[in-house]
Amino acid sequence: MTPTALIAEDEPLLAQALKAELAAAWPELQVVAIAGDGRSAVREALRLLPQVLFFDIRMPGLDGLGAVAELADCWPADQAPMPQLVFVTAYDEYAARAFEAQAIDYVLKPVQPQRLRKTVARLQQALAARQPAATPAVADEALERTLAQWRQVLSAAGAGAEAVAPPATPLRMIAASDAGGSTVRMVPIDEVLYFEAADKYLRVLTATHEYLIRTPLKQLLPQLDADTFWQVHRAVVVRSAAIESVHRDEAGKMHLMLRGRAEKIPVSRLYAHLFRAM
Amino acid sequence: MLRHGLITAVFCCLIATALTITEGGGWAAHLVYSLSIGTVSWLFIDCGRLLLTGHHEIHWPGGPWGLLLVVAGVFVGFFVGNLIGDAWVGAPAFDFLDIRGHKLATAAVITIVATVCMCFFFYSLGKSKHMQSQIEVAQRNATEARLKLLETQLEPHMLFNTLANLRVLITVDPARAVAMLDRLNSYLRMTLSGSRALSHPLSAEFERLADYLELMSVRMGERLRYTLDLPEALRDVPVPPLLLQPLVENSIRHGLEPKVEGGEITVRARQEAGQLVIEVIDTGVGLDGAPPSEGSSFGLEQVRERLATVYGAQGALRLAPGGTGGTCATLNFPLPV
Repeated sequence: MTPTALIAEDEPLLAQALKAELAAAWPELQVVAIAGDGRSAVREALRLLPQVLFFDIRMPGLDGLGAVAELADCWPADQAPMPQLVFVTAYDEYAARAFEAQAIDYVLKPVQPQRLRKTVARLQQALAARQPAATPAVADEALERTLAQWRQVLSAAGAGAEAVAPPATPLRMIAASDAGGSTVRMVPIDEVLYFEAADKYLRVLTATHEYLIRTPLKQLLPQLDADTFWQVHRAVVVRSAAIESVHRDEAGKMHLMLRGRAEKIPVSRLYAHLFRAM
Repeated sequence: MLRHGLITAVFCCLIATALTITEGGGWAAHLVYSLSIGTVSWLFIDCGRLLLTGHHEIHWPGGPWGLLLVVAGVFVGFFVGNLIGDAWVGAPAFDFLDIRGHKLATAAVITIVATVCMCFFFYSLGKSKHMQSQIEVAQRNATEARLKLLETQLEPHMLFNTLANLRVLITVDPARAVAMLDRLNSYLRMTLSGSRALSHPLSAEFERLADYLELMSVRMGERLRYTLDLPEALRDVPVPPLLLQPLVENSIRHGLEPKVEGGEITVRARQEAGQLVIEVIDTGVGLDGAPPSEGSSFGLEQVRERLATVYGAQGALRLAPGGTGGTCATLNFPLPV
């Protein structure tokens, strides 16, 4: 089977260059698509199900880390094994450190042919190793491993770039402006049931009210107690003690219900391990 | 404070010695009087000033309080000090008030002159120390600001991406690679030396913007289009170097880069009622598009500070939503006459 790859890179010259370097280092590899932004990268990846993804980190719209998180959720694991992931970055030491720690491959721009050859060798090895994954149990285990690796790298790279040092004391109160923006409401953190990122805002939901704040979830997360609040989705953090039940639908998608709220809250595949039955 | 006491004591010894030489009498007696008066004045004034000022930067109460403290210090020191001296030599209390007029006057004058001199000395010492530390703080701040400016202008991500593009161009389009290298060259030269020069002509400023925008448009391809509009008459107006750079950088980084289809940047200069007006307009995601990040506010802060330094209250920078979505930064300052 011909190995296939997708390149997500917003700078056209660099995308072409990577394709050319890959052609030299791995002639059999077929680059099935080049995407210029995160959204179309996700769309194309789901359409073509390539075996290898080369993802730039800084991209317009959805960045590389966001695209990976979305793919983790939507990738049809029963149709094709999870793709091999290689990040391509110009200069991003936090992210690079996270990749090292999680054994995720990355290539620095400008791409060095020698370095790329090493990456290619590793990719070829990984692809060869996964061919005989015949039984569902083995496939499941491989999927779990990949998801765990992606989860680690996303949390490390995401947090590293935003907040370098988490504050010593966890957040107690949240100052949120109400709809008109003229009044600031002080919301005790103990009343918050969940946070949900929505476009430019972060929704803060208590049993009875909804507030909006402008702090990105990535920045808020390090200020929350990790045992009290669990991230269950790229855009959602819930109070763990308020979780009532977790459900899985026919398509395998998970959602959870909170005591005191009526909404179904999505659970990402990346965080499904939190709810494996004891 | 103890240091002050010690210096005072040494000074008192000198006075006692001087008195012994000029007026005769026992050195010990002069020393006791002198030391008593000096020590009491010092204790009174030093404690007083600490009480009045708490722990201010120049430990000295301002205005009439400072003067009052010195006068009170002289009186208290003179009376209490003389009482102690009298007790030590065995003279009856308040004997010093009865002795012949000119001696009383001499003692009082010496006390006053000595105290005022000491106070002035300590005051100047404290003030110069304070000034010194102020200067150090200011120098440190300036260095930090320059470093941070350099860091934002030589952002590694920008530099490495540019080099990556250059590397590609060298093989596929050598002529364009040379042009890009020249742009990078003048951009780096300006960035590295520009933070030191005080001003350059507006035309040079626009040239540097063109360098930067050209570098960025090689990287972003069709996603970046730009127009620079500088009327002939305004070419020689002196402006602080790289004043506009942070505005254009913000337009790209926070306006166009997050937008999938990219957009357009227009930089326009015009003359309006004796003022130079420069607009940086982009068709990016706009002010609401992203929460204000630290980087962008640093850039704006920096432009505002430089305007304030050069033009005072007559320079201004406003940020407003652009006509076609996006953002419009308007900068104005008086044209030199």
